[in-house]
Amino acid sequence: MRLLRILVIAAALVLGTGVAVFFVLTEPARVAAASLGPHTPNLDNGRTMFFAGGCASCHASSKEDRTRLGGGAPLHSPFGTFYAPNISPDPADGIGRWSEAGFVSAMQDGTSPDGRHYYPAFPYTSYQRMETADLRDLFAFLKTLPAVQGRAPEHELPFPFSVRRGIGLWKLLYLDGRQFQADPTKSASWNRGAYLVDGPGHCAECHSPRTALGGIVESQRFAGGPNPEGQGWVPNITGKGLASWSAKDVEYMLETGDLPDGDSVGGTMAAVVRNTRELPAADRAAMAEYLKSLPPVDGPPRPERR
Amino acid sequence: MTIRTMLAAAVLLAGVTAVAAQDPIAQRKALMKANGDQARTGALMARGEMPFDLAKAQAIFQTYADSAAKSKALYPETAKTGGDTAADPRIWQNMSDFQAKLAKFGEDATAAKGKVKDEASFKATFSEVQKNCGGCHESYRVKKS
Repeated sequence: MRLLRILVIAAALVLGTGVAVFFVLTEPARVAAASLGPHTPNLDNGRTMFFAGGCASCHASSKEDRTRLGGGAPLHSPFGTFYAPNISPDPADGIGRWSEAGFVSAMQDGTSPDGRHYYPAFPYTSYQRMETADLRDLFAFLKTLPAVQGRAPEHELPFPFSVRRGIGLWKLLYLDGRQFQADPTKSASWNRGAYLVDGPGHCAECHSPRTALGGIVESQRFAGGPNPEGQGWVPNITGKGLASWSAKDVEYMLETGDLPDGDSVGGTMAAVVRNTRELPAADRAAMAEYLKSLPPVDGPPRPERR
Repeated sequence: MTIRTMLAAAVLLAGVTAVAAQDPIAQRKALMKANGDQARTGALMARGEMPFDLAKAQAIFQTYADSAAKSKALYPETAKTGGDTAADPRIWQNMSDFQAKLAKFGEDATAAKGKVKDEASFKATFSEVQKNCGGCHESYRVKKS
């Protein structure tokens, strides 16, 4: 009897410690409001960040009016279906009551104003690279858009993905908390392109293969892979996939959606181009310069095209 | 020998042509290929990497208009799958929208052919007409490569 009691106590201790460790490890990080100094928002820059970030692709209620951010667009994944939330300035259903620090925290830490983890379908693994000043400009810009009522459906996720707190463990693996670092050996336009592509543009989120846990395979970043949203294939945009492209070709594609072989971009890239064509031409050129500089990397083997 | 060979070749050729004529998927792909070749020329001219040529510009829009007209009948229920098609099944679920997009593509191309006079008018009309490509490729094409 005594042995049994010891065993039960030991088991409870182990379990209790496990639960405690889980909660410590998965505590959502947040930006303290006091850490944000004074800032005068630049709405033009906020607009650029809005289009560079492709916010409307998931959060716009309709393809036609890309400034009404009522959400609701489904994002299918191997883990279940996510529905992009309302990020219009509506006070009840959108971000109308959010603080600036709450918004920065969402973008950099993937934490909601009420202290919950966001699922990484919201690409904060890229957005965390953004400058805090750019995020504050973006927040100010979003506040100028029309308020839209209504909420998106709940995400459709099976257990264990339905346990939001578990995202804390995922973040330990895939969210490094580092902002963009300029490379002083490269040109200003290359650095601008790197910032736009790796930060707001979040190009690698679709153009990279993912692990079974849903993280980007770092050694094959930008090397393409099966479409995480279902059918088809996402192209390799390293020097391997873009070998026959000139930087001008990349720039032209980001403006028009036309590919160098006379084809046009399809699928979700068409929505991306609706954003990139709104950017200043110099920004598209910078993105092209950076993408063309990526060393060739082989992606996962592509299915045979007959 | 020669007559027999020629006859055999003729029969073979007729057979191949007949198969292509009966095969909407092959026809679709041929039309898309022709569009793509023209789009490539157009992009080079629009970007100033090829000298502007009015005849070439008009040929681009004419090819598009013909292609849009011929495509109308090439998406029957019987040609949803097979032949390595990139056509998305959503075409058949939204046939009226798909046909409307095809029709608009044809109208825009015909209008552009009438409007194009010089390099400047070509740049403007070409970029407008090109938007039709993405209009269908976004929802109705499965990208395989």
